[in-house]
Amino acid sequence: MHRFIDLTLTGLTSGFVYAALALALVLIWRATRVLNFAQGAMAMFTTYVAVSVIDRGGSYWLALVVALVVGFVMGGVTERVLVRRVETGPPLNAVILTLGLFIFLEALAPMIWGGKTRSFPAHFSIVGIKVGSSHINLSPFDLFTLGAVVTVLVGLVLLFQGTNLGLRMRAAAFAPEVSRLLGISVGRLLTLGWALAAMVGALSGVLIAPVVLLSPNFMDAVLVFGFTAAILGGLDSPIGAVVGGIGIGLVLSYIGGYMSPDLETVGALVILIAVLMVRPEGVFAAAKQRRV
Amino acid sequence: MTDTTSEPRAPAPDVAAPTGTTPPPSAAVGAAATAGIAVVALALLALLSQVHGKVAPWGIAGLAVVLGVTAFSGRVTLPASPLLRHLLIAAVGGALVLVFSDHVGTFSDFQIAQVAYFVPAVAGLNVLTGHNGQLSLGHGALMAVGAYTAAVLMTHQPHVAIVVLLVAAVAVTALVGAVVGVAAARLRGPYLAGATLALAVALPELATRYRSILGGEQGLSLRTLSSPGWLSPSFPPERWLAWVGIVSGLVILVLLANLMVSGRGRRWRTVRDDETAASLVGVNVPRTQVNAFVVSAACAGLGGALYGLANSLANPAAFTVALSFGLLTAIVVGGVGSLAGSIWGAIALVYIPHLTNSASDHYKLGTSVKGNLPLAIYGLVLVGAMLVFPEGIQGGLRRLGRAIPGLRPRAVERR
Amino acid sequence: MADRPLLEIEGLTTLYGAVRALDDVSFGAGEATITAVLGANGAGKTTLLRTISGLVRPRRGSVRFDGAELTVLPAETIAGLGVGHVPEGGGVIRELTVDENLRLGGLLRRERAGRGAAEEIYELFPPLSSRRRQPAFTLSGGERQMLAIGRALMARPRMLLLDEPSLGLAPIIVAQIMSLLQRLRDDNGLAVVLVEQNARSALSVADEAVVLNLGRVVKADAAAVVGADEGLRHAFLGF
Repeated sequence: MHRFIDLTLTGLTSGFVYAALALALVLIWRATRVLNFAQGAMAMFTTYVAVSVIDRGGSYWLALVVALVVGFVMGGVTERVLVRRVETGPPLNAVILTLGLFIFLEALAPMIWGGKTRSFPAHFSIVGIKVGSSHINLSPFDLFTLGAVVTVLVGLVLLFQGTNLGLRMRAAAFAPEVSRLLGISVGRLLTLGWALAAMVGALSGVLIAPVVLLSPNFMDAVLVFGFTAAILGGLDSPIGAVVGGIGIGLVLSYIGGYMSPDLETVGALVILIAVLMVRPEGVFAAAKQRRV
Repeated sequence: MTDTTSEPRAPAPDVAAPTGTTPPPSAAVGAAATAGIAVVALALLALLSQVHGKVAPWGIAGLAVVLGVTAFSGRVTLPASPLLRHLLIAAVGGALVLVFSDHVGTFSDFQIAQVAYFVPAVAGLNVLTGHNGQLSLGHGALMAVGAYTAAVLMTHQPHVAIVVLLVAAVAVTALVGAVVGVAAARLRGPYLAGATLALAVALPELATRYRSILGGEQGLSLRTLSSPGWLSPSFPPERWLAWVGIVSGLVILVLLANLMVSGRGRRWRTVRDDETAASLVGVNVPRTQVNAFVVSAACAGLGGALYGLANSLANPAAFTVALSFGLLTAIVVGGVGSLAGSIWGAIALVYIPHLTNSASDHYKLGTSVKGNLPLAIYGLVLVGAMLVFPEGIQGGLRRLGRAIPGLRPRAVERR
Repeated sequence: MADRPLLEIEGLTTLYGAVRALDDVSFGAGEATITAVLGANGAGKTTLLRTISGLVRPRRGSVRFDGAELTVLPAETIAGLGVGHVPEGGGVIRELTVDENLRLGGLLRRERAGRGAAEEIYELFPPLSSRRRQPAFTLSGGERQMLAIGRALMARPRMLLLDEPSLGLAPIIVAQIMSLLQRLRDDNGLAVVLVEQNARSALSVADEAVVLNLGRVVKADAAAVVGADEGLRHAFLGF
């Protein structure tokens, strides 16, 4: 029982991080119908930037803010300069483009910062909180992780549902042509969408780095998990992304704990294939009519 | 007379839409001209093969360029039957490369072998993506299957004939390809890319898991290939490796080329272009997808086996996601769907790391730069190609060919 | 009355590939005027509206709205100048609620808060009022059309482009919409460019009429004149 609780807590914490990455993928998909394969690599890159801030004496909070800002800028620039050109063409081109960016960033990072695995400071204790006489698998840093992701989620909900800007962004994503007729600068909002998504992705990188250690490939698995979660939840559904992320986190934690840690990635692969074969539109896809 | 050439829309790569050509010479004259050119070429080749030193390789390369230009200019009559045409091109090309390999040092032979083991893998991926529309990021993992199959077989049967080895690798990888292909058949575009990416990330872990059979991190070693008895004892093993690779590569290219002009190839392209329409005309879409996947997997398996033989090793580190990315870059560089472009792509895969290594050493860039430069370049190439050059080298050459007056490509009806 | 029409179209030519969807189209539409654009399917009516609103760039020609040249402006800017375009089918955003669709329309207008303006629309279209919070895909065809028009009106446009607003609607609702347009024309000076397949009903409300055939203007005159031309009606308008 104790083991189950421990695994559940670990799974929850990582699940929230996967949810953040899945959310980034979904935001971009909804806005531009592009799957940003480079999302993990971008998050890796911003995490390295954050760690260099810390190396140079900056505080954790400064590093976090820098990572978010750099992520924001990277996302916006990527959409405006690169993705904009392939948004209208065959989808294969956009896939290859983001893959190219993925490859480039994962090669560039070790050229700048070296390829060796290193640690990322957590700023909060990663020792489990004491409950009664033993420690549970929930540390102050885990609580921070949960809190940060929840804050971002709440912020995004408030933005999209409660502000005019969010309304415009949703309209631009759902119906770009009609939105233009209503005076909405669709192009600028797509750029903003990418920027926000990349910022959320950057957060996920910083949150998981202390746990899995920093290396140029450290976000590869997270990308696969986030991708699986996004597909599981339905690429059009932000709620689905979050629920999917938490679900994947839990399931993988149980697989790793009860079966073998080596099987986690394979487990995600199996889940992915299963979802894609049985219900490719995702568990949360609303019975939406096709937009005319 | 002026040719009125309408700029062909090129929806499918490697399809030269019918353009206006100069009226073909009468059949007899054409055949005579071709025969004459062939005789002259052979004579030159024989002459060059007797020459020693640097002249020979350059001469052969020059001859190859001239023949290539002549063949594609439409002024010679190549055989109408696709099979004969492909065999002729393969034979001539093969002869050129074989003689070429005789006159270069063993290191260059090894590089030719390297190109040769990439050619089947790149070509297989090219037809899968270009002619059937499925983008796979897992072909590096499939190459691993081929390499490991060869290694395991060789471990248990050290003196197995090379043909058996290659056939076994192809068969096993084709089987794996069938399994993956069934799952992949239902996926499209980015979903397929994501799923195969997950495969490429997860598969190396299997090798480390099953240590006893698959050798874990160290991998399995393969016995170095020695040249057969009927060649002179001083024949370098690298050259034999290159020859095996060249012949295998040509066989694959000819088979794929014939496949692509056949009815089956047409079916692949129909599915690629419009699945609904394809199923309406009676094409079994899932089966087509699986078949395409199996064929490309078989090619990757062959490439993987040759890779293992060339490097005498099959280990997880050689078959990471980076390899799949390299293959993707190779098909884009050559022009997605272009078989001739596969050769360019394979050359790029061998020579870009070679060049970056030399440059890194020369400019004394650190190891982390040196190791990652090829991948950085691949990434830039992919991004750049999508922005500027979706057609790759072969597409660029074709466009160049069209632009030069008097050098129109033959009207090849490939649909 | 202004000394030049609000909308001046001159020599407008739009191509779709090799097809001349619009071929040297010229006419004018004034303030406080309802101009009907008529013709068979494929005559170029929708392309005309899309070219005016900036979704499509013409090959040649000019579109001047209150003196401003529209053919060089992006669609979003044109909307900001006071040109509202209700596309065929309405273009209601199905995933958003009725209220959100209306609010969206009001974002263009800066002088007044959205809430109050929405109330006006709800008064104009009572069926929408009871469905404010419902997602737009739950609305019937007629309600969606009302929502689309209401949304366009939220921005207080000076000119409204309507593409087949009566398509698939019950005659009662069509009549409602037509009389609304006339009211807006009289009270607010709204200029309306109305594309309609149903030429008869369009001619009954319009002041001016332009008849298109295969991208060309066949006739541009007062609606009454066009309606009286039997030969024209038989040839191009189906009655």
